[in-house]
Amino acid sequence: MYRYSEFDTAFLAERNAQFRAQVERRIDGSLTEDEFKPLRLMNGLYLQLHAYMLRVAIPYGTLSSAQMRQLALLAEKWDKGYGHFTTRQNIQYNWPKLNDVPDMLDALAEVGMHAIQTSGNTIRNVTADHFAGAAADEVADPRPYAELLRQWSTDHPEFQFMPRKFKIAITGSENDRAVIKAHDIGLQLIERDGVLGARVIVGGGLGRTPMIGKELSEFVAFDDLLAYLEATVSVWNQIGRRDNKYKARIKITVHEHGIDAIRAKVNERFLKVRPQFKGADMNLLEEIKGHFAPPAFREGSVASFESAYTNDPVFRSWVDTNIAPHKNADHAIVTISIKKHGQTPGDATAEQMRVMADLAEEFAYDELRISHEQNVILPHVHKSDLPAIHAKLKEHELATANIGLISDIIACPGMDYCALATARSIPVAQEIATRFEDLKLEHDIGHLKIKISGCINACGHHHVGHIGILGLDRAGVENYQITLGGDATETAAVGDRTGPGFAYDEIVPAVERIVEAYLDLRDSAEETFLETYRRVGMAPFKAVLYPEAQANAA
Amino acid sequence: MARAFTPKVVTANDLLEGDVIYQTEDDRWSRELSEAELITDEAHAQVRLLDAARQANKIVGAYLADAVAGDNGPEPTHFREDFRRTGPSNYAHGKQESSPQPRA
Repeated sequence: MYRYSEFDTAFLAERNAQFRAQVERRIDGSLTEDEFKPLRLMNGLYLQLHAYMLRVAIPYGTLSSAQMRQLALLAEKWDKGYGHFTTRQNIQYNWPKLNDVPDMLDALAEVGMHAIQTSGNTIRNVTADHFAGAAADEVADPRPYAELLRQWSTDHPEFQFMPRKFKIAITGSENDRAVIKAHDIGLQLIERDGVLGARVIVGGGLGRTPMIGKELSEFVAFDDLLAYLEATVSVWNQIGRRDNKYKARIKITVHEHGIDAIRAKVNERFLKVRPQFKGADMNLLEEIKGHFAPPAFREGSVASFESAYTNDPVFRSWVDTNIAPHKNADHAIVTISIKKHGQTPGDATAEQMRVMADLAEEFAYDELRISHEQNVILPHVHKSDLPAIHAKLKEHELATANIGLISDIIACPGMDYCALATARSIPVAQEIATRFEDLKLEHDIGHLKIKISGCINACGHHHVGHIGILGLDRAGVENYQITLGGDATETAAVGDRTGPGFAYDEIVPAVERIVEAYLDLRDSAEETFLETYRRVGMAPFKAVLYPEAQANAA
Repeated sequence: MARAFTPKVVTANDLLEGDVIYQTEDDRWSRELSEAELITDEAHAQVRLLDAARQANKIVGAYLADAVAGDNGPEPTHFREDFRRTGPSNYAHGKQESSPQPRA
């Protein structure tokens, strides 16, 4: 875990003091809202539909138990007893009061956390594979490099007023769990001839114009990577469009200029920037790596795990669904579902946060992760501790065995909270989860990712959901479009629209018809929804979604 | 031809609390849409919006929202304004709040 240096601590204290004074000046009338708004956004404070919202960064999704407890404290002391984990590894508080926000930021600083650059046209929170440092399939832990990027991008003087926001994701695995192809820059760590570096993907993004990222460079060694990234962001900062915010993201720049032209410009800029990087970044990276040394994995018998697995069917189901392989064979990666059927995806109460912090401290080498899929992960757990963890989770409604299944839904806050939303997404997620729980079909259906956004900005990643749902306002009524065949992994794809949208009370039945069709169409229980869709295409799903159109055409 | 003017209320968020507020006829800010001044004249609407904008040390983001006359004062015509006057649908928070805790 990264521990703040004196520099980090002093920087944050100064920023928080500045913001406290800015809030005071807004309240006493010295600052207008037009003057104050960019200042509050720089510090993660939005004004939403019913209240202010504070978005706190969880850099590369990593938390210690002390940090998680502090998030619980914020929820209890200054909010309504819960927090919302987002698709960019942030936590959002939906109900803070303006006067309280400076105190909340100071409380975060006590545990080395902040809300800086969680908004605005800056480089946002750098996200990472939530299994980083634990995954069996990883080349290297991407988090030291992610921390280097956090330090580089925070208050970077050239990158504070860019054409638009800029999002970077990083993974150390070929199997992409960080959705790197849907980010402005995606980095995949690669080792070549004993040298660690990254494949650089650029120009991915969802929103109104979804694009899958393109390869900017197949390999840049760590020695040159920061200069290369600075060159890339710098090129876009100069030529990215500022005339139209909908055409400002780097995906449009790459699309308009072409990847080859962008690559040539980046290479040219890189040669100018490179001499400014004299190796201090690599020294810093070495130091940061020390903070992320893997824990001393304990040894011991896994017999108690095997016995519980054999004898307890509820435990076995949870293990089969929520546990992933760890690089150490006696250990496991535990994904704690905060998507109990009928609950709001990504919401955890202060009590649940404390329970997860306690479990991390007692059993998981004091580490937690937040996934972009809005769940919480204990990355390192000795298998013999799994029964005790499961028992504790059950007491707090945290033992739902649904990871990767139809009720493990990503959903943005939608119109229940967000000022930008055009329709609700949370109740749609709640009802889909409850419906398939009632049908007792979810384990039979298997791997199926539903992702829901309440507007075209696509915070709910609907384009890359196997089933994507987009909520819109059609003539003053909520209406939901469906896409099929999206994919958020290394084989990333944007889903295809099925056709006309569905009313609020029609969307859950529509999803049910899609799933029933899949169960009829699949060639075996092993063929996943996405595989079936790729094999049979859109036609059979359209037939069940729009039977009237079929009848009229016949 | 210009579109006919539809009735409006002036609404905003409170500077300190952040919650939804409505301008009343006697120049207060109410938490209840039903107490808002329903404006049926376009010129008057612009004046009232200017009145609101002058109170920048108390409110944020004033705008005119469509509303219709109901039995107990103005009512929303669009679901967004219906959510703003009520609260989110996943918890009984916001204006519908009865208990400070999110989950019973």
